[in-house]
Amino acid sequence: MLIRRTERFKASEITDEKLYLNRREFIAGGGAALALAACDVADGAAPPAGAPLKAARNDGVSVKEVPTKLESATTYNNFYEFGVNKDDPAREAHRLKTRPWTVAVEGLVHKPKTYDIDELIRAFPLEERVYVLRCVEAWSMVIPWIGFPLGAVLKQVEPTSQAKFVEFTTLLDPVQFPGQKPGFFGGGLEWPYVEGLRLDEALHPLTLLTVGMYGQVLPNQNGAPVRIVVPWKYGFKSAKSIVRIRLVSEQPKTAWEKAAPQEYGFYSNVNPTVSHPRWSQATERRIGEFRRRPTLMFNGYADQVASLYSGLDLKKHY
Amino acid sequence: MGRRGRLVLKIFAWAVCLAPLAALAWWIGRALWLHTDDLGANPISFITNHLGDWTFRLLLASLAMTPLRIVFGWGWPLLLRRLLGLFAFTYAVLHFSVWILVDHFFNWGQMAEDVVKRPYITVGMLALLTLIPLALTSTTGMIKRLGARRWTRLHRLVYLTGVLAALHFLWLAKVGRTDQYIYVAVLAALLGVRVVEWARRLVRRAGKIPPPRPATPP
Ligand code: HEM
Repeated sequence: MLIRRTERFKASEITDEKLYLNRREFIAGGGAALALAACDVADGAAPPAGAPLKAARNDGVSVKEVPTKLESATTYNNFYEFGVNKDDPAREAHRLKTRPWTVAVEGLVHKPKTYDIDELIRAFPLEERVYVLRCVEAWSMVIPWIGFPLGAVLKQVEPTSQAKFVEFTTLLDPVQFPGQKPGFFGGGLEWPYVEGLRLDEALHPLTLLTVGMYGQVLPNQNGAPVRIVVPWKYGFKSAKSIVRIRLVSEQPKTAWEKAAPQEYGFYSNVNPTVSHPRWSQATERRIGEFRRRPTLMFNGYADQVASLYSGLDLKKHY
Repeated sequence: MGRRGRLVLKIFAWAVCLAPLAALAWWIGRALWLHTDDLGANPISFITNHLGDWTFRLLLASLAMTPLRIVFGWGWPLLLRRLLGLFAFTYAVLHFSVWILVDHFFNWGQMAEDVVKRPYITVGMLALLTLIPLALTSTTGMIKRLGARRWTRLHRLVYLTGVLAALHFLWLAKVGRTDQYIYVAVLAALLGVRVVEWARRLVRRAGKIPPPRPATPP
């Protein structure tokens, strides 16, 4: 019942802030979403896309901007596993089966653990955080994500003292991810998609392990069932549809570094003074706005994260 | 081809050249007044790309007319060459205008930086510049003024336009994209036909010239 009622809201209405909040009240109070998730475990099926997911907003870390239209956030995506065009992910998303799904957290840890996705979702309190997502292609969106700090999971598995980096691996399956089929011309990314963070970046309280957005279960084209969101870095650093989180001692070689090292560095912090060979990073277009706006250092999160990089030459370590 | 045939051909060509603009106007109109999603989440990028794609397509179309004559011996393609070339120029100007007026909104500093620092913008700019003298000398009057020979030589500049446009597309395309190679392959084929034809003519002419006399020993 609940699902059917919420599905009647059109995407455009959800973005209207008042309605959006109404809806949140509407689903509040029952832990309905969690109950729902529990039923789904029972029949082994994923919660339907758009199923409500309840979480209180963490205002302390949320930007005070109106979220981008949900429709834009789910139809304009870079998710090469589904194809290189922006509209491929929305079209191909149905191929991805998000249950059963496990996430192995392993490597240089004392207590490696493989989480079932529904166990992971319930392992830590969910919160909503409105972050700016800045794509390296000089556009950005404002997105209310739902998740919990990645650090919570990492602390649970207890990294050893040798662990210096965290490596994220996306599901490898060309049937579910048609973009992973070898291309006619070749030269695409090397699969599976691998991303990485320094351990202190991964432990930073802003780094969010994300399972939902806009009060809903994460849509497939946005990285379901679980992704990370690192708001001070370009979007491609935030790995999607993660199956493995590995703690390692050496800096991981990321998919984009392998494909084009001069364009995509390991750090890839949002930095208006370091331009990409094809895009100046000085300005960006917020999706839904007409004029470009200036890009902020660390995507506006300089106060929280700049200290991670003191002494690092950000022009060299782009 | 009779007058009727020519007229039909011209009308058809105009329709093909105007259709992408009409479609764009339709989508923009619907997006503005009906708030439809025809232009996607990033309309400015959509419009830029649409105009860029059609600039390149029409440029290739205009470059295809001479090869059609060479390969099939048809005369009618040459009737369309100027029309297609001028439309390619029109789309290029619109593509460029969106960049100035809408994308960067007269932010001259950033635009100048882009022209200097982004190779794909640099060559795009050069491609557009090469089209200007061609458009200016496209009238029958200008052909007469310049003389057929000089006019022909000047208009070979369009081969350079083609190469610059190809570089523009190759350099702006991100890793994993492939449609740019199709455009480049078509361009290579169209220029290749000319090279083969040119070589054949050279060989034919060489055949007519008597071989040099053997040198007499001193
Ligand atoms: C004869 C001249 C030109 C041709 C044939 C041409 C063609 C193209 C093509 C085919 C695209 C790709 C569209 C797509 O992604 O589907 C494109 C994109 C673009 N062009 Fe051009 N172009 C020309 C001149 C210019 C000039 C003069 C400028 C600006 C100074 C320019 C700026 C751009 C920009 C900014 C993009 C979008 C790049 C992106 O999305 O990353 N172009 N053009």
